[in-house]
Amino acid sequence: MRVRRRYRLLRAARKSFELKPFQDHTGAIRKTDVLLICTMRNEGVRLPYFLSYYRGLGVGHFLFVDNDSSDDTLDQLAGQPDVSVWTTTASYRRSTFGVDWVNWLARKHAHDHWTLVVDPDEFFIYPFCDTRPIPALVDWLDNSSIRSFSAMLIDVYPKGRIDAQPYLPGQNPLEIASWFDSGNYTIKRNKTYGNLWIQGGPRARMFFAEAPEQAPALNKIPLVKWHRKYAFVSSTHTLLPRGLNQVYDDSGGEKASGALLHAKFLDTFTAKASEELERGQHYANSMEYRAYAERLKDNPDLWCKWSEKYINWRQLEILGLMSKGNWA
Amino acid sequence: MTVGIVMLVHTALDRAEQVARHWTASGCPVVIHIDRNVRRRTHRAFVQALEGDPLIRFSKRHRCEWGTWGIVAASQSASELMLKTFPEVRHVYLASGSCLPLRPVQELIDYLAARPQTDFIESATTADVPWTVGGLDEERFTLRFPFSWKRQRGLFDRYVALQRRLGIRRRIPAGIVPHMGSQWWCLTRQTLSAILEAPNRKVFDDYFKGVWIPDESYYQTLIRLYSRNVESRSLTLSKFDFQGKPHIFYDDHLQLLRRSDCFVARKIWPRADRLYQAFLTDSAHAMKKTEPNPGKIDRIFSKAVERRTRGRPGLYMQSRMPKHGFENGITSAQYSMFQGFAELFDDFETWLARATGARVHGHLFAPDRAEFAGGQTLINGALSDSATVRDYAPESFLTNLIWNSRGERQCFQFGPADNQAVNWLVARDPNAQVSVISGAWAVPLFRSNRNFGEIRKEAARLQKIEKEHLDVLRSYYAKARVRIWTMAEFVEAPMEPLQTIVDEIGMVHQRRLTEAPRMVDLSGFGQFLQNLKNQGMHPYLMGDFPVEQAPATAPGTPRKPYLVR
Repeated sequence: MRVRRRYRLLRAARKSFELKPFQDHTGAIRKTDVLLICTMRNEGVRLPYFLSYYRGLGVGHFLFVDNDSSDDTLDQLAGQPDVSVWTTTASYRRSTFGVDWVNWLARKHAHDHWTLVVDPDEFFIYPFCDTRPIPALVDWLDNSSIRSFSAMLIDVYPKGRIDAQPYLPGQNPLEIASWFDSGNYTIKRNKTYGNLWIQGGPRARMFFAEAPEQAPALNKIPLVKWHRKYAFVSSTHTLLPRGLNQVYDDSGGEKASGALLHAKFLDTFTAKASEELERGQHYANSMEYRAYAERLKDNPDLWCKWSEKYINWRQLEILGLMSKGNWA
Repeated sequence: MTVGIVMLVHTALDRAEQVARHWTASGCPVVIHIDRNVRRRTHRAFVQALEGDPLIRFSKRHRCEWGTWGIVAASQSASELMLKTFPEVRHVYLASGSCLPLRPVQELIDYLAARPQTDFIESATTADVPWTVGGLDEERFTLRFPFSWKRQRGLFDRYVALQRRLGIRRRIPAGIVPHMGSQWWCLTRQTLSAILEAPNRKVFDDYFKGVWIPDESYYQTLIRLYSRNVESRSLTLSKFDFQGKPHIFYDDHLQLLRRSDCFVARKIWPRADRLYQAFLTDSAHAMKKTEPNPGKIDRIFSKAVERRTRGRPGLYMQSRMPKHGFENGITSAQYSMFQGFAELFDDFETWLARATGARVHGHLFAPDRAEFAGGQTLINGALSDSATVRDYAPESFLTNLIWNSRGERQCFQFGPADNQAVNWLVARDPNAQVSVISGAWAVPLFRSNRNFGEIRKEAARLQKIEKEHLDVLRSYYAKARVRIWTMAEFVEAPMEPLQTIVDEIGMVHQRRLTEAPRMVDLSGFGQFLQNLKNQGMHPYLMGDFPVEQAPATAPGTPRKPYLVR
């Protein structure tokens, strides 16, 4: 395992040459800031809400990797004092789907900081997120000697056709995609890394009904008190050293956990899916996007009678998708 | 006469400053002890900010580490300074920098003035209190702890183990009985000075320097020697979770804290602006003058601890994945599994739904699809009926189904032709009610229009599978309520078993059953079994069926539904 971790870090160092600083405000990072690291491509339309959402939660500094965007992403980020940006035109796939870049930035800038690693379409939800900012959460985690915090991916989708309602910049995507699957998730243990492997949700239900083992993984550990020796192995699903993956209790109790609301299915998705399929830069030969393209031709409705409409974190808690643990 | 506040601070000095000013504004003198670990620059700024206040003093600094003597030493020197400098102080209140007064200070002064001889300190003998960390209760007083629990955990644990093994014990000084309790107290001048000026204080100090977490036992023990009137409770509202860390209060606890009627709460998150604003802007938010009543807060925090240690039964999720045997409830609610009933009775599912009001599914683990009640393709929680998806994780499928439909009793049919992957889970589950009519799988074969060779093969296969399932149900590990009848037994007198099952589900019917499901026509079934035997395939799970028509069936006339009056 140590070898694997070293390998990850070495790769990160090698791939760091692909990153060109576009805007470096990392000098402004204060000792107690919570950092956010995000890799993206052509997500300009999502940026305004993304930034305001996470600023509202108390993120201190944003570290972006822009993977060759052709839209106004960089213009939007330019000049923002709490945002640092690196650009790269290199292959997303060959950087282990962005993991190498993220590992490098985390190693360089996030040592000893609580660090949130999310995608531009993921919205972090945690217990009491409507009344307590992220610094309250990380203070509590520090106090409880917890180093990593689990937040499972929950796909949200609109009712009706995906492209029925256009998404406008600055809009809360949950206004459109406000439905989710509440109880069709399967959990397996990954013996190698000690983490859980969660699958299910609307993607497994609609796109992978024939091959459920290929459905995308939904377990994520996006919030980590970073140490320069840590490394992500595959996206934020798995970390090394392995102790960081122990975000679940195995003797009957519940640890505190959150959720990442995954607002992938907006009207922008159809175009994105075909573009990504063409680029072939995604996991497992873009198998996921292949499956989408297949089904999207007939514009399926992800919504069903048993879909739940998202209200707040308490609802997710009651449904058993996340837990307050012993935070009260 | 007034109250003096001894304040121990180590972080969030700006908040400590705010609270100190709040105390002095009502005329309470404050002696502040600043942890030696606080950086010099921070310390100087803090002292400068408060120096002008005539009611504030700073005591000699000690290094405070959790669980060590430093905290007691800090409170000792601060208390001495308090008693010496402010002669009008009658009660001394020990607080920390993250304590927040909830009620107007004047109320606290009045409350204590009305009880001039009372010492408020939680103090219980070790045998009586359950709240200890790491299993050290009595041993806190009899072992030695030279290593830091926070920094040298390994050494700490090993040294404790070593002492246990060698049976080394320290001698407790004569005259004291170890007591423990919350470290936040409020003592009268008389009692406190008696402790601090005791002729043999050095003996006690030397002893307690070696005790584990002395701040929870030093005053709590000595108080029993000197106090005339101990009220064994803390005036500070402070809740601890299962690891012994204090729970923290945030902005959203505002209403809860208002209703608690406690004088002081800890610990407050330093950035809980609304709390500080609400409680430090005096009397406007005054609470009614009542005895402290933290019941509601107690409940919330004890529920939180229970959630962390026991969890919600039957829930499997990202942060609760109990290993085998630690489930604390394999499923979240009771359910029933019926084997052989749908085969023996034509309308069993509709009948059962009518008789019990439960949701009755078909064969959930059938090879082609999960037969949800009402022929639905999706069910609560958007659980799909696809056999592929179900068979990918059959145990998750069942636990999800039960979890998703909490509040509604689930019943489903099962049989040897179905996916058998959940058998162990169901057998181990005390929530499961399993009723089996063994051998009833033969009935559909009997009624089918297939070649006999095929039937024979299928019968042999099903019998083997059912036999294995019955072994599981009868195993030593089975915790489910299992009932097994052979088919012959059941056909003999079907009403009684049905009544038992329905009673146990116990939802609608309290009375006797008035209606039975319609049993299929079994004439010729005995002969069918005999034919199987003649082919060399011995069906034994259905019990002894007479080759000739069953005596219960009147020859020639078709069977009528049972009616019991």
